[in-house]
Amino acid sequence: MRKAAAYLDSASSEPLHPAARETLLAAYDRGYADPRRLHGAGRDARLLLDNARAVVAECLEVRPDEVTFTPSGTDAVHRGVLGLRRRAGAVVHGAVEHSSVVHAATWAGAARELPVDRLGRVHPAVPADAGVVAVQSANHEVGTLQRLTGLDSAAPLFVDACASMGRLPLPDRWDALAGSAHKWGGPAGVGVLVVRKGARWANPFPGDDRVDERAGGFENVPAALAAAAALRAVVEERDRVNTRQFALVDRIRAAVARIPDVEVAGDPVDRLPHLVTFSCLYVDGEALVTELDKRGYGVASGSACTASTLTPSRVLEAMGVLTHGNVRVSLTRDTTGEDVDGFLAALPEVVRDLRAEAGL
Amino acid sequence: MDVHLELDCRGMICPQPVIRLGTRYAEVPIGGLIGVVATDVAARTDVPAWCRMRGQEYVGEDSAPDGVPRYVVRRLS
Repeated sequence: MRKAAAYLDSASSEPLHPAARETLLAAYDRGYADPRRLHGAGRDARLLLDNARAVVAECLEVRPDEVTFTPSGTDAVHRGVLGLRRRAGAVVHGAVEHSSVVHAATWAGAARELPVDRLGRVHPAVPADAGVVAVQSANHEVGTLQRLTGLDSAAPLFVDACASMGRLPLPDRWDALAGSAHKWGGPAGVGVLVVRKGARWANPFPGDDRVDERAGGFENVPAALAAAAALRAVVEERDRVNTRQFALVDRIRAAVARIPDVEVAGDPVDRLPHLVTFSCLYVDGEALVTELDKRGYGVASGSACTASTLTPSRVLEAMGVLTHGNVRVSLTRDTTGEDVDGFLAALPEVVRDLRAEAGL
Repeated sequence: MDVHLELDCRGMICPQPVIRLGTRYAEVPIGGLIGVVATDVAARTDVPAWCRMRGQEYVGEDSAPDGVPRYVVRRLS
């Protein structure tokens, strides 16, 4: 039954890019020391860390001193949102933000949501009491690109760019932003915080005495360098990869919409190239994921039954999209047309069988 | 609000309340109201989404006497 596996969950984590693998192994031999020490091994580690920072800055078209490596994308989000917040102001965020943004806002004790439309696009009217506004560059579940320049707000803007970093250029407007290396094919455990030169940012957490005053903890130099190598490779190949992925996702969107009672979510055009989400009426999301996995297809789901919290995806809820029977397909850089065709051949049968089991 | 048919979906998890709605809504005449009483939080999104996908009208939410949310649907076809 199980065919050659097609992993279709790159939006959760992209497989390590070959460029990152080579760099990572080499950097473990050279980048082990404390980059703050003055001995040769320390200087070596510092050189690699500065090199990683320079590469990331070049890829993102920002200044090297604006780039901080953090232990995760989540940590970069927390530092970005809370560090920009003007005292006592509300943390205003889109209703479809990643949970890391929502958790930061809740922790601050002053969360306010901006509603979204059916496509997941954030309403641009920001309340006047905003101490910081947090809006993503693109939605991690449905792919819709946000229109940040249209936000009507004078408050500092934090942009969660985790879903798009490397794949798309940064948006024009931001005061701080965050990315996560394992979403572009770097290793896990590397986040990127970028704070715009001149932005008013203060460390919201206890300080540390590291190379970079915005971060805490001992730098993971090999992983940062591997993340930078992967980012450079992804940026170099993105025109080609994006075009192919965009067309494959178009193929999925069209084919899935032909299955009866299936709703495809998000903006069909103004979207991330590599992912699509849809919901199948009367189908249990957990059963759908399990049956697809048996056939070799690894996908994510925003349905309540697949979540640790047993609540449906806030993204789908906020958009008013059917939350049960939900599947997110996200392509890796290696996903082929054959993988997609195989998935599209398997899906209608799985949906039909599950509906039949439910008596429909 | 008086409904023609009330579906007791207390304790059911998704997608059971919507499956119940999909299999039984045609028991009311066209123009009639169906109430879905559900503890499942997904029903708040999924009952209106079902109406949109199936061409029926979502009337709104009220509560059963025990406080459990009730989602009211009008059969249009």
